[in-house]
Amino acid sequence: MIINHPLLGPCDAQEFTYKGDARLIARPDGMSENAEAAFHDYLYLRDNPAGVHRELWFHEQGDRSWLVVTRNTVTHEITKVELARDVARNMGRSA
Amino acid sequence: MRYSGFRILKEALTGHKGWQPAWRDPDPQPHYDIVIVGGGGHGLATAYYLAKEFRQHRIAVIEKGWIGGGNVGRNTTIIRSNYMLDGNEPFYEFSLKLWEGLEQDFNYNAMVSQRGILNLIHSDAQRDAFIRRGNAMILNGADAELLSREDVRREYPFLDFDNARFPIKGGLAQRRGGTVRHDAVAWGYARGADSRGVDIIQNCEVTGFRIENGTCLGVETSRGFIGAGKVGVAVAGNSSRVMAMAGMRLPIESHVLQAFVSEGLKPVLPGVITFGAGHFYCSQSDKGGLVFGGDIDGYNSYAQRGNLPVIEDVAEGGMALFPGLGRVRLLRLWGGIMDMSMDGSPIIDRTHIDGLYFNGGWCYGGFKATPASGWCFAHLLATDQPHKTATAYRFDRFERGRMIDEKGMGAQPNLH
Ligand SMILES: Cc1cc2nc3c(=O)[nH]c(=O)nc-3n(C[C@H](O)[C@H](O)[C@H](O)COP(=O)(O)OP(=O)(O)OC[C@H]3O[C@@H](n4cnc5c(N)ncnc54)[C@H](O)[C@@H]3O)c2cc1C
Repeated sequence: MIINHPLLGPCDAQEFTYKGDARLIARPDGMSENAEAAFHDYLYLRDNPAGVHRELWFHEQGDRSWLVVTRNTVTHEITKVELARDVARNMGRSA
Repeated sequence: MRYSGFRILKEALTGHKGWQPAWRDPDPQPHYDIVIVGGGGHGLATAYYLAKEFRQHRIAVIEKGWIGGGNVGRNTTIIRSNYMLDGNEPFYEFSLKLWEGLEQDFNYNAMVSQRGILNLIHSDAQRDAFIRRGNAMILNGADAELLSREDVRREYPFLDFDNARFPIKGGLAQRRGGTVRHDAVAWGYARGADSRGVDIIQNCEVTGFRIENGTCLGVETSRGFIGAGKVGVAVAGNSSRVMAMAGMRLPIESHVLQAFVSEGLKPVLPGVITFGAGHFYCSQSDKGGLVFGGDIDGYNSYAQRGNLPVIEDVAEGGMALFPGLGRVRLLRLWGGIMDMSMDGSPIIDRTHIDGLYFNGGWCYGGFKATPASGWCFAHLLATDQPHKTATAYRFDRFERGRMIDEKGMGAQPNLH
């Protein structure tokens, strides 16, 4: 698979380490009332869809940026690649 | 019809006209006591033991394709019980004991071959870890044997003992481990279940559950609604998709694992060997092909095919261990979709919905578990109590901090 890095252009997926569902960006608030249940769901439960999946890839053998890759788990086709930083900012999570 | 040597002789003399189909092809009935979703090894074994050991009646297995087309027919056929943790080892040893009597039990030749499995040791620290694991196995009634470098050399003289990075320093052997003809396992269980009245319904996809007031009343399928007193789901790589139809999210990701077979060779490899410094395992089939595999590809996938980097990685692992492999041509390769769980261990449990039961999370090691998984799931379905070797395989182990993490990798499915 080729991941079209927003800054570096096309890179072999082998240069990356796979983390999983991009929902992991939305880490729950550890101080909230239901933190225990929220962290259980966050850490252990996954949608695991057959089809379009947004997921985190880490460019470990490259510029060490985190990317959000939109990929189809049935065909392996990649349709969108974003910097995870931008995605997090749009969610109001990062400075 | 019972199979026997006498029967083969008789059929040979009478033009092989007396053989009958090994199982029926029934239409679904409107209602069953127990419906099993998924006609893989685990689903078929569950139905077989439900009928035979737990004396249940009116059972159906519902399979979206044909039986044995999933992982049970795609795996590298290795059986063993060399686990370490308490939650696992008694279960896998129970499974190995069932393999030992399986062919007589279901009257089918599954080619169970206890040719032994050898995990190679490449460092002193690894030897310590393997001794610990071997002791845990022995404490649970399994067999384990520590081999020196010279012992290994006697059995496998062609391995690369003096590899500069990964010299071979010995091995942990389980002589009772080995291989089994995987398709025959599905067929044997199917035939055994069918002859005890189980309906095996193929080309019938489950598309939903009918759930009212927290109780599961049956399954919606591509061939209409089928009512059920109890529904047991055993769909391996499709676990998340199927359970999502009951509104559940699982501690599971689906990943692809590839397998490889070489051209046929004369006998070279007496047992199963595994590389201890990378991920590579290999055995030789009775047709002569070397059957081998390695790591999962590592990203969520439902594609039943993998990518080239892992093929290269597996080949490198093989070459580091077994340089002669470089002269062998690859004949076939394929992928299967596995239900990788958050701690690398399976789940056999009730759900919060009455009448709905789940069996999954087998990762890449569920073939060896087939007999015990079927038995324990049948036990749960028939008695509503977990079998004594499967009490740890609960859904709530993650929130209770009771993970069964053999590798100590944490909640990252692609590392188990
Ligand atoms: C390449 C590879 C190598 C492996 N090597 C080994 C090994 O050496 N040793 C080992 O112990 N394990 C191994 N495994 C793992 C093992 O094969 C699996 O863990 C095990 O087979 C899973 O259980 P099963 O046989 O019931 O699955 P499957 O055979 O996959 O059965 C699940 C069935 O459910 C059906 N299904 C899915 N959705 C629906 C639906 N909606 N309605 C109806 N039916 C449905 C599918 O069609 C399928 O037939 C390997 C796996 C792979 C892919």
